[in-house]
Amino acid sequence: MAKLTIADLKKIKEKAQKDTALREGGATVKVTVHMGTCGIAAGAREVMDALLDEMAQSDRHDIRVVNSGCMGMCSSEPNVTIEIMDQEPVIYQHMDGNKIRQVFKRHVLTGEVQTDFALARIK
Amino acid sequence: MKKHRADLLLCGGTGCHATGSLEVKSALETQLARHKLDQEIRVVETGCNGFCAMGPIMLVQPDGIFYQKLKATDIPHLVEEHFLKGRPVKKLFYKEPASAETIPSMDDIPFYSKQQLIVLKNRGVIDPEKIEEYIGRDGYLGAGKALLEMTPQEIISQMKESGLRGRGGAGFPTGLKWEFASREEGDVKYVLCNADEGDPGAFMDRSVLEADPHAVLEGMIIAARAIGAQHGYIYCRAEYPLALKRLEIAISQARQHGLLGEDILGSGFNFDLEIYQGAGAFVCGEETALMHSIEGKRGMPRPRPPFPAQKGLWKKPTVLNNVETYANVGQIILNGADWFSSIGMEASKGTKVFALTGDVNNIGLVEVPMGTTLRTIIYDIGGGISKKRKFKAVQLGGPSGGCVPEEFIDTPVDYQSIAKVGAIMGSGGMIVMDDQTCMVDMARFFMDFIQDESCGKCTPCREGTLRMLEILDKITHGDGEPGDIELLEDLSKMIKSSALCGLGQTGPNPVLSTLKYFRNEYEAHINEKKCPAKRCPALLKFEVNMEMCIKCGICFKKCPAKAIAWEKKKTASIDKSTCIKCMTCISACPADAIF
Amino acid sequence: MPNYANLVMLNPDLTPQVMARVDEIINRSKDKPGCLIPVLEECQEVVGYMPVELQKYIGDGLDIATSIIYGVVTFYSFFSMLPRGRHTIKICMGTACYVKGIAEVVSRIQSEYKIEVGRTTTDRRFTLEAVRCLGACGLAPVIVIDEDTHGGVTADRILNILEKYE
Repeated sequence: MAKLTIADLKKIKEKAQKDTALREGGATVKVTVHMGTCGIAAGAREVMDALLDEMAQSDRHDIRVVNSGCMGMCSSEPNVTIEIMDQEPVIYQHMDGNKIRQVFKRHVLTGEVQTDFALARIK
Repeated sequence: MKKHRADLLLCGGTGCHATGSLEVKSALETQLARHKLDQEIRVVETGCNGFCAMGPIMLVQPDGIFYQKLKATDIPHLVEEHFLKGRPVKKLFYKEPASAETIPSMDDIPFYSKQQLIVLKNRGVIDPEKIEEYIGRDGYLGAGKALLEMTPQEIISQMKESGLRGRGGAGFPTGLKWEFASREEGDVKYVLCNADEGDPGAFMDRSVLEADPHAVLEGMIIAARAIGAQHGYIYCRAEYPLALKRLEIAISQARQHGLLGEDILGSGFNFDLEIYQGAGAFVCGEETALMHSIEGKRGMPRPRPPFPAQKGLWKKPTVLNNVETYANVGQIILNGADWFSSIGMEASKGTKVFALTGDVNNIGLVEVPMGTTLRTIIYDIGGGISKKRKFKAVQLGGPSGGCVPEEFIDTPVDYQSIAKVGAIMGSGGMIVMDDQTCMVDMARFFMDFIQDESCGKCTPCREGTLRMLEILDKITHGDGEPGDIELLEDLSKMIKSSALCGLGQTGPNPVLSTLKYFRNEYEAHINEKKCPAKRCPALLKFEVNMEMCIKCGICFKKCPAKAIAWEKKKTASIDKSTCIKCMTCISACPADAIF
Repeated sequence: MPNYANLVMLNPDLTPQVMARVDEIINRSKDKPGCLIPVLEECQEVVGYMPVELQKYIGDGLDIATSIIYGVVTFYSFFSMLPRGRHTIKICMGTACYVKGIAEVVSRIQSEYKIEVGRTTTDRRFTLEAVRCLGACGLAPVIVIDEDTHGGVTADRILNILEKYE
């Protein structure tokens, strides 16, 4: 390997920070995919895959994706909750791969709530 | 490449390895693959996370959920519930010993939340075998700054201003030590790291080496630049195989990245180092003895001056610091002396890592700002005394230190205050003792250690500690005589003032401090032939007190010699002819009814 | 060609195969200052212990007086001049283990296997060693058998644990 310079060191730092950002605090967006048995049956897995794919393409490392249990609204599964710091959380219903891609690009990245897909805003 | 949505930070320190974290790791990998989650959830083996008694432990991020005492058999359920269905598994959460409350999040567990991390800032967060992760947390930026933007003199003055003192025991100001060595003429100088952590009950350095080896290397690079050294050694105990392995990996990665070797970071500065494996001699923790050992000789100390800063390894100017000291250095240079000196007390800056062990609920590694009280460490972080027993004393500084009784438990932990109550800060061993500990036996234990490890070079230590051990043996065997206490005091004074090195000069401290606070226990052993804590078998009768016996039969079940007779609802009795005086019944009796 | 035949007659453990490896270690290190202790460590790894005949041989190879080597070997606890068992039981004698009752564990091993601390059983099955603090105080009392660390060992459990090591 070629000799490092201080600039290389900083580059490695940035890359590593991106890779390990999950372990630090400072997240501003939390995306929860509800993955109870019903959610998985309704296609939550496809939603999760699409979401992680979008994450990999974006440059943001302040976004956390977590899964959680059933919300109790099995008829509207798959459900996804988006929580952006200082904003009311929004629950989306009947998600699929394409819908979540749209929600991610518009709501998560640019802040535009996709009311067509939304189930509710949690006050 | 898909982005990970979670990191499972599984502790891979010596403690957790011993309790099975490697089996847990492979179970996790299998189960994640089975559920096709292996592309989105990553298992990371970290260094020691500090909470050794709860091992194997695992932190799930970004959720912040802390699992403890994991077994490989828990994993299929855990993976399916938490990582597939998103339901964290409650029964694997931490339970607070005092309130029996379960706490899911690591940040809320008092053991962690009351600590302040500098030396241990990367513990349990990075994979110690990946240099990138260390760099990702500002690693080697301090070295970069020192090598490219600062003169050696500036490094030294930053170190002096920071107020960092040696963490190995003596507490000598680090910047001053470097300044002495830097003033010496000569092209060949050495930087050494003392990783020969030998105090019984201390494992701070092992944890740092296992969890964050690059921090030590970075500190040594900066020290080398400050004094103008080109070569260094890390003297590490052979008893720490995992630490040795992680160090070797770290050194080779640093070399590959050009952070060791020639022209580091394009600065024109050359420095390389190697590991030297110690062969097992406590006295090699003493600086001159350590250097003799690296030279291939018996590790015996020599009189100072000349100090190592003038004539050290191979008679060249040498700086020796311990692991924890070096682990502070990179951050001091990067963040500045003012940042560091804002933490802690007037004459004791920064934090100190303690190995909290003994009769305390939360055993593990604790880093607190200087000035934190013993009470906070033992009760708030340590969760109080285990088995609901009573606190008796806390031993600080190992065989060179002393014990602090209950009346001084509000003493703040800093170099001066601890010395004032008769103990020393030492390297950071903190052993909590409950009311079942015999202080005479404890003093005997430490004297036995010192006597065994005395190198034999100077007479006061070689002969004096043996005489002291003989007297202590006599007392614990019930053969103590009037005058023994005074003789112990005389010998202590003599050895302290005339021994050649720190080992002998501090060796009598455990005896002196127990005499100071628990003289009545010595007197009970000598005059009444009684051991108040019931730990000295020769002074026990092995009889059951019929009034105190609660007829539970635990002693009967535990006795390995079948010397105890007991029937349901009847008191137990011990047959002295078959009793082997093994103490099992005494430790087991819930009513303390055996004398 | 070094005369290995005599050595093997003096000590049956110093076979030509073993000594060839010892030679390799000596030749690789002999020009390095301060190499003595690492050489001794590696040679002990190969032979299993450090008999006097081996010390003499290493001394000749490194051009260091046997008396100096004997001094070093007897100084450091890592070196053993007696043969070792197939399994090494290391008992932690650190403070935490002591407080938590390691002494009971030791006396149970001693009475079962008729073995003293520092010695090897006559069938060379176990070597019993007392070591200084292993730094695993969170698990006290601790014993290490070969590479396996066992924590929370009680006098009751120890014999069951040892049975597995043939």
